[in-house]
Amino acid sequence: MTRRVAVVAFAQLRNVRRDTEREETELVQPVVSEALERARMSRADVGFTCSGSSDFLLGRPFSFVSALDALAPWPPASESHVEMDGAWALYEAWVRLQCGDVDTALVYAYGKSSLGELRDVLAQQLDPYYLAPLVPDSISLAALQARALLDAGGCSERELAEIASRSRRAALDNPFAQVRKDAKPEELLREPYLVAPLRKHDCPPISDGACAVVLAADAAAYRHSKRPVFISGIDHRVEAHGLGTRDLTQSASTRIAAEHAGALEGEFDLAELHAPFTHQEVILRRALGLGSDVEVNPSGGALSANPMMVAGLARIGEAASRLSRGDGQRAIAHATSGPCLQQNLVCVLEAQ
Amino acid sequence: MSEPVKVVPMHVRLDYIVTAGRTYSTYLHDLAKKRIVGGRCPKCSKVYVPPRGSCPTCGVPTGDAVEVAHTATVTTFCIINIPFAAMPFPPPYVVAALLLDGADLPILHLVRGIPVDQVRMGLRVRAVWTPDAELAPTVESIRWFEPNGEPDADYSTYEAHL
Repeated sequence: MTRRVAVVAFAQLRNVRRDTEREETELVQPVVSEALERARMSRADVGFTCSGSSDFLLGRPFSFVSALDALAPWPPASESHVEMDGAWALYEAWVRLQCGDVDTALVYAYGKSSLGELRDVLAQQLDPYYLAPLVPDSISLAALQARALLDAGGCSERELAEIASRSRRAALDNPFAQVRKDAKPEELLREPYLVAPLRKHDCPPISDGACAVVLAADAAAYRHSKRPVFISGIDHRVEAHGLGTRDLTQSASTRIAAEHAGALEGEFDLAELHAPFTHQEVILRRALGLGSDVEVNPSGGALSANPMMVAGLARIGEAASRLSRGDGQRAIAHATSGPCLQQNLVCVLEAQ
Repeated sequence: MSEPVKVVPMHVRLDYIVTAGRTYSTYLHDLAKKRIVGGRCPKCSKVYVPPRGSCPTCGVPTGDAVEVAHTATVTTFCIINIPFAAMPFPPPYVVAALLLDGADLPILHLVRGIPVDQVRMGLRVRAVWTPDAELAPTVESIRWFEPNGEPDADYSTYEAHL
């Protein structure tokens, strides 16, 4: 019998191209404090904490350990960490809450892509024998996927420009988003290719950011939120490591995760999809079977702010916040990791 | 049949420009002015040197600046005997947890000016700074600590800070 786990609070920093002033504790302390305050929860009330970040991204071994000061872990806290996007830290916290002995969990994520050369860092996640030595950057790999999709008739360059235009226009209403502008698809299509067939607007910005989510199970959810948003299903799947061994025009892992999370049934008011590239939104919509009536990325999505290790958790936080304030009843939140949508997490959220 | 490939050289170079962060940067700038300035947690009143973006027991920034003395008591220490790359001196030399007068938590730094086998808990020391012209926002503005001639501190004065 699974326990019902709800998102009861979400806090984030404003996403910026380069935060020159804050190190990890200073990024995490404000979002953790704010999220706990919103949940009316003291640090002593937190049953379990899990974080998502990447030491490779930050250039500091054990960076995630330095960040622990922000938790005030004395008396010693029950804590875990994933070298991944915080969405997977949330998954671990959800699993931990199923054990039944703790009722609340704190999840946080932080990432500063500005410190190193992001594309060189991301190349380290590729196959070390056959692919990494070529140092293919993340944009080129995404471009390969976009080309495959365009050539298969999966979408047009115009549709991609429409996604870019819609996302960054929506971001105008999100004070935390980084790239916020009103540009028509026609204007965007006149821009030159960055890495064909992708133009600059088809790609995510480089961002520094942090966010935190508070989870509470069963009755505790109602103690910590006036309108808790329950996770009615959550699942994640990973595909083969070798890019050449999978069909890049589809996201089988998203579809399977969606099936198990219950995301292929019923109506949804909105979906926050972690699609750093415009063509990936097309692939994800198809995998999730989303109709045109579902509002996608009202926050502006990863095209408007893409703090590595944070953007996936932020999708869950953004979707939950919107349901909590009455913008809808049911939402899908999605997170991705690895090149070309290699690993995907799908979460179904329902407001009470 | 050709020889199996046993080694593939894969050169990786990742360059980063990191920031010390607001709190630690303030500390380093103070060192450049020959001042050791910690931060007091507004909740538990502990004075941290260096100051922290979050007090590890209270979760709030150690906002109040508190200048501490340049003299300290050696609490625990170790003698480095094993050579390694980038070591500051040939071994043996001492690294100690030094409780600066006015601080609640020790800092780690070098202790010199005394044979390594005479370094002891309770030894009183003072900071030795680089020449004024070389002061900069770096922990190396303090070259090391050396004995200041005071009688050893009583264990009770630092036992709670080990």
